[in-house]
Amino acid sequence: MSNVVHPFQPPQSAHNIGRRASNMLVILFTLAATLFAVLVLLYLLFYVLRQGIQYINPGFFINLPTPNGEPGGGMAEAVQGSFILVGLAALFGVPLGLFTGIYLAEFGRGVFAKGVRFLVAVLTGIPTIIFGLFAWVYIVVPQQSFSGLAGGVALGIIMIPIVASTSESVLRLVPQDLREASLALGATESRTILRVVLPAARNGIITGIVLAMARVAGETAPLLMTAFGTPFFNTDVTQPMDALPLRIFVFTESPYQAQINQAYAGAMVLILLILITSFAVRWATGGFKQR
Amino acid sequence: MLITCSAKKKESCHGMQQRLAWPLRMNRAVGNGRRLSDVIFRAFTFLLVLVVIGVILGVVWVLVSGSLPTIQTFGWSFLTNQAFDPVHNSFGVAPAIFGTLVTSIFAIIFAIPIGVGVAIFLVDFCPRVLRAPLAFLAELLAAVPSVVYGLWGFLVLAPWLQQVGEPWLAQHLGFIPLFQGTPHGLGLLAAGMILVLMILPLIISISREVMLAVPRSQCEAMLALGATRWEVIRYAVLPFSRVGIIGGGILALGRALGETMAVTMVIGNQASLPTPHLFDTGYTLSSVIANQFGEATPGLFISALLEAGLLVFIITLIANILAQLLISRVERHGRVRGLAV
Repeated sequence: MSNVVHPFQPPQSAHNIGRRASNMLVILFTLAATLFAVLVLLYLLFYVLRQGIQYINPGFFINLPTPNGEPGGGMAEAVQGSFILVGLAALFGVPLGLFTGIYLAEFGRGVFAKGVRFLVAVLTGIPTIIFGLFAWVYIVVPQQSFSGLAGGVALGIIMIPIVASTSESVLRLVPQDLREASLALGATESRTILRVVLPAARNGIITGIVLAMARVAGETAPLLMTAFGTPFFNTDVTQPMDALPLRIFVFTESPYQAQINQAYAGAMVLILLILITSFAVRWATGGFKQR
Repeated sequence: MLITCSAKKKESCHGMQQRLAWPLRMNRAVGNGRRLSDVIFRAFTFLLVLVVIGVILGVVWVLVSGSLPTIQTFGWSFLTNQAFDPVHNSFGVAPAIFGTLVTSIFAIIFAIPIGVGVAIFLVDFCPRVLRAPLAFLAELLAAVPSVVYGLWGFLVLAPWLQQVGEPWLAQHLGFIPLFQGTPHGLGLLAAGMILVLMILPLIISISREVMLAVPRSQCEAMLALGATRWEVIRYAVLPFSRVGIIGGGILALGRALGETMAVTMVIGNQASLPTPHLFDTGYTLSSVIANQFGEATPGLFISALLEAGLLVFIITLIANILAQLLISRVERHGRVRGLAV
């Protein structure tokens, strides 16, 4: 190591104007980048929220969409559909994700566990429309109809890696002493996990699940070929079902101003729904600790 | 959304003391071998893991088997053919591949310097009071659904580009072929710009996490030697975090390559020959699927869309594997918490 020259050589004079200038320039650049990013992104968010507030009214949550060009109406069926779809998604995604997390944290050893962990990490980055194709081939085609069930399954698959990776990391934070104490008292392995480790990690796991649900609530692409959308109320999961992001997508590109306004209102509801749930759950479970 | 991901690190923290291996097999003394309940629990857990793996294999199988008809009919020419023409049963995705690459590369070129700049500001220069709110804001924006970005791009950004942005670019930078052509508003430029905004939060949060992992002592040692803060960043922070930043960049590239809704809404979805003009409309691999799947008829049409899906899957898979490998290399050195979901 002794003959390695460090790329930084201490300056001869501390008051070198060139060094000070470049330092200043970089600070200014990073400041400008931050201002740009913050301002543009905040502008986007507040523009949509402001437009949404203008066009939101109680009817939005009560009425069905009106036929093309007619004013009024709402997105009640989309709000209802979104809740059903996210619920279905949780039904599929939470058990699979949670138990994958338990496996990785408690049992997983060796190459196989490493492979599963890697697969889960990679799965997070796959475009969600791919899972829509999967659900289309295995559910929509055999059933010969678009359905809420297919949409729920597609969203559920998106939830799996999120739930799995949060549960794994939270379970790993549970002190080893708790497990040892439980076993020393004679509890079996499964009882230790179910009655000691999982309750200790409960808050983190719930946070992960709710964040995953908030994430899939905003998904549009996989629903295009699965839930498909419908302008009517539907609680039958074997039939096409509407969702808030789907309806926003359709109305955004509408030629009628009334529908564009509805799209703004829908976007505002969707943003608030997602932000409020994800931050409420973090606040409730004490996830705001700043490092 | 940041998610704690410090797998394994906790274990090695305990490395000093001698620890019993978990899971313990305490029950041997009590009963004969493992308890039945434990066996059942383990088997159940393992079964669900197998289901997850089965789903992933199922996804791959759907894409491969579904695209076999077009692979057999067109072979490699599917990648170079310029027409996506359901009427004449002639399918090719050259313009889609072109559109995907152009928009993603555009996004990366602009998002990485800005994102890393913001991360440096957050880690080094930012007043302590602003640090938490700004990091919080980056997380908040990562949670905004892509259809909202699409809505804003379609209703605000595209009309602005058509009337102000693109004519201005054509007037002042028109000598570059990139900025020639009719200003449509919707097009490759709009899609690229939306992607910049969408991947910024991801790049910011990963770069920030990686930079926070730089040992404090290194920075302090350099400051003690008389280095300016930029020199500390240049010679201590960036060399240490380079691999992680590249990993984050590739992760963001993967996100841009696969982004569907926002791009579908602003790219115009017009079949066009690959031209070097950013104002032109186009489409990407995933926007073809999103746009055409509703009208697709069984046979070659569906198969072509599934093959487009297979291509997106392969491209994003490669990007994600690369990114995971690079980021996990940093994780081994320092503690990188957080992997944006």
